[in-house]
Amino acid sequence: MVKRAGAPPSAEPETLAFEGVAIRLGGRSVLGGVSFEVGLGEVVGLVGCNGAGKTTLVRSATCSLRPDSGEVCLAGQPIRELPRRVLATRVATVPQDVHVPFPFLAGELVLMGRTPHQGLFGFESAADLEIAREAMDRVGIAHLANRPVDRLSGGERQLVLFARALAQQSDWLLLDEPTAFLDLRHRVDLFRAVRHFTEAGGGALVVSHDLGGVARVCDRLVVLSEGQVIADGEPHEVLRPEIIHRAFGISVDIFEGPDGRPVVVSRLA
Amino acid sequence: MKHLTPMRFALTLSLLAAFLFLVVVFSLGMGPSAIDASEVVRALFAPVSPDPVVDIVRGIRLPRVVLAALVGASLACAGVIFQALLRNPLADPFILGVSGGAALGAIAMLSLGGALGLGYAAVPPAAFAGCLLTLLLLYFVAGRGSRISPTALLLTGVVFNAFASAAIIFLASAADMLDGSRIFIWLIGNLSAARLDAAPWLAGFLFIGLSCALLSARGLNVLALGEETAEQLGVSTDGQRRVLLVASSLMVGAAVSISGLIGFVGLIIPHALRLVLGPDHRLLVPASALGGAAFLVLCDTLARTLLGGRELPVGAITALLGGPVFLFLLRRGEQSWIAPAGSAR
Repeated sequence: MVKRAGAPPSAEPETLAFEGVAIRLGGRSVLGGVSFEVGLGEVVGLVGCNGAGKTTLVRSATCSLRPDSGEVCLAGQPIRELPRRVLATRVATVPQDVHVPFPFLAGELVLMGRTPHQGLFGFESAADLEIAREAMDRVGIAHLANRPVDRLSGGERQLVLFARALAQQSDWLLLDEPTAFLDLRHRVDLFRAVRHFTEAGGGALVVSHDLGGVARVCDRLVVLSEGQVIADGEPHEVLRPEIIHRAFGISVDIFEGPDGRPVVVSRLA
Repeated sequence: MKHLTPMRFALTLSLLAAFLFLVVVFSLGMGPSAIDASEVVRALFAPVSPDPVVDIVRGIRLPRVVLAALVGASLACAGVIFQALLRNPLADPFILGVSGGAALGAIAMLSLGGALGLGYAAVPPAAFAGCLLTLLLLYFVAGRGSRISPTALLLTGVVFNAFASAAIIFLASAADMLDGSRIFIWLIGNLSAARLDAAPWLAGFLFIGLSCALLSARGLNVLALGEETAEQLGVSTDGQRRVLLVASSLMVGAAVSISGLIGFVGLIIPHALRLVLGPDHRLLVPASALGGAAFLVLCDTLARTLLGGRELPVGAITALLGGPVFLFLLRRGEQSWIAPAGSAR
């Protein structure tokens, strides 16, 4: 994206844009110039085989990793120019899993989502508590609030981390394998909550191996293979046997589901 | 939803402060001549007068009690900070060898400082430097990128402790300045030789360290979840960690340079308080300071009264009490704290 001189920042489209992001880790090229955008109001799915660079891409969007070349931009501004605290009010991440070495309660962990909105010392305001409560209700984990996080199951902890990200009240949500440990019901609940988030004006990037799930929830899918985007479009444009074969190296059949969205069935032979 | 309210914060700290006061009064009454609590309180607040009770309470016992409280508070506070930063509930200045590094720095300055024309004032900075260098060594050896292997951390601590003890004995013997019994002061913490003029700067370093930890207490909560989580929540980890490591090194350096190696305070107190109060550092940090102060005053009282006229090193008392308590706490269901940390993402 070329920055137009003199244009006010609001003239830039409200997107989270990956612009030619290239990252090398341990001497190996993980991402080789990845470009795509996540707009407000849309759910974008990021799929690809293990090691395709999905998590690396998510980490680059929170400044945990700096691209070797290229840029991640928020509304046209490179995120590395933003103070961390400001960035955290605009982009929230749901990590795969977090080891919590101390017995924090689930509610306390969700309240930590308010950190970028608060100082480093002080007490939560009534508004903070309300926001955290709402986030937990939205994810359906209000009953876990007073349970220590280290006694929760992997799936429950994932939902707590999701509620924490919601409590951050950011414009964008990045979800890294959010459904990995979830049963079917919680998977549906989570996708519903993501939908609700984008319908309220947010943008979401969902990294997932669950092709069926992302096909149903996402407005667009981006397919990553060996650090490159090999397809970017609506689910029915992207979920095609030849593209899946390129990304995953397997043969699949694609059917049309009852909601008109594609259903992927892998062939064993 | 349970969370830290100003009410709970104030109430808990008031209770702990009241407990500390009771412990101090009890300790001031204990000694070769026992003094009633009411007499102790009277003597504490009495105007200066040629009264033998006032002399004993304020002149003889109070300075040592104050030093014990300051050292205990410093060690417990540093323990909480180490545990959060290293994401390991077993971190403690003594176990990690950080206290050992501080003692080594102090001994090196004591045995070589004379030759360099430096006086006693150079000892605390040397202890502080030893402390900081040990921390850097721990990060260097046990660090794996931005993560720290808990196993490597504890092993490095054990090895460095042995190394530091040996180096202390070597230096002290080579300099021929410390006889056997005085080496004891360094190897097992002891407040009997503590210098009273040390109290003001010990208090100063405690104030600095405690302030740093308190002002970034919410940051400590988030840092305890890992560097990347902290970054995602908008906390700049490098700056925070540097400030907190220097602050805790100041506290440990100051404490060790006047009391030697007192172990377990930084481990037991935060551990026990976390079980009761929860892990929120906004409350845990000041509570540990008060709890550590009360604990060390009690231990030092035992150290100077248990064997009648003869003094025990207070480090022996903390280890005798702390070891079993620690094993009990560990057994009571927190085994998960040691094992799975290696799988930290």
